[in-house]
Amino acid sequence: MSTDLSHIRNFSIIAHIDHGKSTLADRLIQMTGGLQSREMKEQVLDSMDIERERGITIKAQTVRLSYKARNGETYQLNLMDTPGHVDFAYEVSRSLAACEGSLLVVDATQGVEAQTLANVYLALGNNHEIITVLNKIDLPASEPDRIKAQIEEVIGLDTSDALAISAKTGVGVDNVLEALVERLPAPTGDIDAPLKALLVDSWYDPYLGVMILVRVHDGILKKGMKVRMMASGTTHQIEQVGVFTPKATKVDSLSPGEIGYITASIKTVADTDVGDTITDDRKPALVALAGFKPSVPVVFCSLFPSDANDFNDLRDSLAKLRLNDASFEFEQESSMALGLGFRCGFLGLLHLEIIQERLEREFDLDLITTAPSVAYKIQLNDGTEMELHNPADMPDPVRIAEISEPWIKATIMVPDEYLGSVLQLCTERRGEQIELTYAGTRAMAIYRLPLNEVVFDFYDRLKSISRGYASFDYEMDGFTPGDLAKVSILVNAEPVDALGFVCHRAQSEIRGRGVCERLKDLIPRQLFKIPIQAAIGGKVVARETISGMRKDVTAKCYGGDITRKKKLLEKQKKGKKRMRQFGKVEIPQSAFIAALKMGDDKKSKS
Amino acid sequence: MTPAALSLYVHWPFCKAKCPYCDFNSHVPTDAVDDARWRAALGAELAHFAAETEGRKLVSIFFGGGTPSLMHPETVGALIADAKRYWQADDLEVTLEANPTSAEAGKFHAFAAAGVNRLSLGIQALDDKPLKFLGREHSAKEAEAAITIAKGAFPAFSFDLIYARPGQTEESWVSEMERAFQFSPPHLSLYQLSIEPGTDFYRNDIPAAAEDPAADLFQATQERAAAAGLAAYEISNHARGGAQCRHNVAIWQGGDYAGIGPGAHGRLTSGVGTDALFQVYDPGRWLADVEKTGHGTAKRRPLDSAERRQEKIMTGLRLSAGIDADLARTLPRDVVHEMIGGGFLELDGRGLRATPRGRPLLNAVLAKLLAD
Ligand SMILES: Nc1nc2c(ncn2[C@@H]2O[C@H](COP(=O)(O)OP(=O)(O)OP(=O)(O)O)[C@@H](O)[C@H]2O)c(=O)[nH]1
Ligand SMILES: C[S@@+](CC[C@H](N)C(=O)[O-])C[C@H]1O[C@@H](n2cnc3c(N)ncnc32)[C@H](O)[C@@H]1O
Ligand code: SF4
Ligand SMILES: [Mg+2]
Repeated sequence: MSTDLSHIRNFSIIAHIDHGKSTLADRLIQMTGGLQSREMKEQVLDSMDIERERGITIKAQTVRLSYKARNGETYQLNLMDTPGHVDFAYEVSRSLAACEGSLLVVDATQGVEAQTLANVYLALGNNHEIITVLNKIDLPASEPDRIKAQIEEVIGLDTSDALAISAKTGVGVDNVLEALVERLPAPTGDIDAPLKALLVDSWYDPYLGVMILVRVHDGILKKGMKVRMMASGTTHQIEQVGVFTPKATKVDSLSPGEIGYITASIKTVADTDVGDTITDDRKPALVALAGFKPSVPVVFCSLFPSDANDFNDLRDSLAKLRLNDASFEFEQESSMALGLGFRCGFLGLLHLEIIQERLEREFDLDLITTAPSVAYKIQLNDGTEMELHNPADMPDPVRIAEISEPWIKATIMVPDEYLGSVLQLCTERRGEQIELTYAGTRAMAIYRLPLNEVVFDFYDRLKSISRGYASFDYEMDGFTPGDLAKVSILVNAEPVDALGFVCHRAQSEIRGRGVCERLKDLIPRQLFKIPIQAAIGGKVVARETISGMRKDVTAKCYGGDITRKKKLLEKQKKGKKRMRQFGKVEIPQSAFIAALKMGDDKKSKS
Repeated sequence: MTPAALSLYVHWPFCKAKCPYCDFNSHVPTDAVDDARWRAALGAELAHFAAETEGRKLVSIFFGGGTPSLMHPETVGALIADAKRYWQADDLEVTLEANPTSAEAGKFHAFAAAGVNRLSLGIQALDDKPLKFLGREHSAKEAEAAITIAKGAFPAFSFDLIYARPGQTEESWVSEMERAFQFSPPHLSLYQLSIEPGTDFYRNDIPAAAEDPAADLFQATQERAAAAGLAAYEISNHARGGAQCRHNVAIWQGGDYAGIGPGAHGRLTSGVGTDALFQVYDPGRWLADVEKTGHGTAKRRPLDSAERRQEKIMTGLRLSAGIDADLARTLPRDVVHEMIGGGFLELDGRGLRATPRGRPLLNAVLAKLLAD
């Protein structure tokens, strides 16, 4: 039994990180009876361990609610909770494409932040009707009226009908439900037309296999049907059709306007193209839906197993993780320094961190992670072009005509008093100002910045110089040629490939020195003194020396102590596992990321 | 091949007070120590090991602790007499560790009469302030008096000092050492303070000397002691002429020894190989075990040849004389040469030894040599 289109409302909840999207979703689920109170927990949709621990949403979630409105009619509400963090903006844009409206949540104690703005633009780009919700009015520090004015000024949204609520206590949430019904447009579609359903998302469920989230536009999706993916051309027999309430619940069919899932004994998520159009194999649609631009990894790093014997485990684990997250990429790489591993691409630093953490926790792997970098485009003298994901693969400079690096367009919102330091930070990072506007006591700076300058610690620095008050969002803004060079790091006169990095020539010396200084602190003294150098080509741009160890001997060793000494030796051997041997030198694994990350930090502080 | 030579270690686990740096098996007894029971138990364990090592030649006995100078001289005498009966022992070094309180110094002559011929005094420092810091029960004056008595009572004597104490400068340590040389001891043990887990110093975060000052102090110690005729024959042990501690040298060279008393270790070689022996650590439980079964061996484990070789290298390279050429040949050649190239080791017809540059770095050198 399908719901009449006029009784369906599809909406995404969008907001800056931590403004309360998932908490509002909790209330909506609870008030419409989706879950019994005993099944309820905070941010119930954040189901991954990492999400619960970090208190953030990583994966968008969809829930079908059944709401009896004040007009006495029952409506099907399809809610999509989205992540707030910029790395997962891609998740947001997919969700938006499946809905007609958005609930814009703004924390009434904080006001408009960078992702508020970014998400509003995304929603407007999808022709969404936007309902503005001022959240956290239970907090004494909340100023809904001031924030309303700010929203009008900064975003230009009419806030006369904005709702003031507390997602935590539930105050005002009933008005949200009512507003969804009254203010959002119903979806449109034709149940008799050939099937057209948007493949919104897919993931791997250990019980059900690959699950596909769909939004039906025309036609009907039923169990047993043979469907065809219009872009990939593959066909599949549908095994199950269902919706999330939020528990996965089977239904007979999905009709126009509805959102739900299907399963079709598909082996891996990689076999499903997010954005593809699903149609009826026997009665295919002629034109596909608009679809999405594929997500592009922008941050790269290498992962190596600490113990070379774990290489196969790492490969299998990466493959398994990718079942669930098609937005990260990996390819095998072989490092002189670190052996066999993988070069991986991610949507951003948080994404990188999360994948790394999941590998270590869910798959019990001990990893060496190299410092993150970005992709470069290299034009060679012979006219060929290549994309460089790994500084270690940098061709000989004499063959290079031009190197381009990715830039971003960053939006930074910051209270006036910290603006000066923020602008300074952007300038230090080779930023180009595009726009600077003021709204009340806050400023909004829009900058073009090389992504490379942002990946290490820009966000941390921004947070610390603004005492946590600045917010940041960015989008990719193409590649631009730059005066870029590869800086090699030599330890004891041998280049350590995993420590090399690409940077702007003007900064190579200061960066190189930073890394050398860091390494000097990170590499424990050894028997021999060790020179550490940063070099561009054959030219040394910075140099430090780790002086030789001077004392390491047990004072007393009597009969019984031999056993103890042997234990010490065993411990040393174990400790070695966390070290990598380079000729005569042992480098702690942690140095591979810390050297570059912290070196940067040191520089900016001085 | 069973080595003929054997040494005996006797552990006395009691002290008057627990020093804050000490992690030895030493305890302040709650009740008076029942000397007769302890004498009987030590005697029983001695007999137990004597049965196993019949026909061997005993070269040394070492009464260590704890504070063996708290033992009854008759107990010490009885054990020495027993040992001489069990084994062939015509040329026996008998060392006893002693604390220099006046009460104990009063017993020195009795120990000598009981058969002790070498006294090792725990002086630790020559001034009252550091003695107090080290939690010692004796004063600087008592220390001096004890040294004088020991000199008169024993054919050989030695004393221990602890240096690299917090705040101690190289200058003040050198002058303390010079004062120590004034007593013209034939033997000195000069230990850098180490902060061991489980001690009060560790709990109170007393810092060990940082690497650079520790290295400087070590080097000054080597130089000054050598200049005074007391060159190091082991990392922390110095002797004039032939006054080395025979007992310890034998063990460091990989000789066999029986260990009796709580927590004592032993190495006993038979036709099939060398066993490592561990006596029950807790004094009360050791006593009960010995009274029940005639010995307090908690664990006995055959050492495989690689492990035994490793031990000999680890202790042998601590000696200035180093290890013999045969043993040296078992080490990976490339590593040995890397270490020689770095100036840490030297190799010649007599064998392999640490250089003055390598000695303070011996743990790191050993880690390389014994890496796999
Ligand atoms: N006092 C108060 N706290 C709230 C309210 N709504 C949310 N919070 C708290 O704000 C924090 C963030 O809430 P979430 O619901 O996880 O925010 P989110 O927008 O889903 O965050 P991301 O998914 O990480 O972007 C949590 O600690 C909530 O308990 C509210 O109305 N009042
Ligand atoms: C086993 S103790 C027993 C000797 C005796 N009970 C005494 O205290 O004089 C032997 C010597 O080890 C040294 N020693 C013990 N703990 C030490 C430490 N933590 N650091 C340096 N030397 C230490 C002391 O010099 C001590 O004299
Ligand atoms: S240093 Fe000597 S006296 Fe002090 S507790 Fe240790 S064994 Fe006993
Ligand atoms: Mg959330």
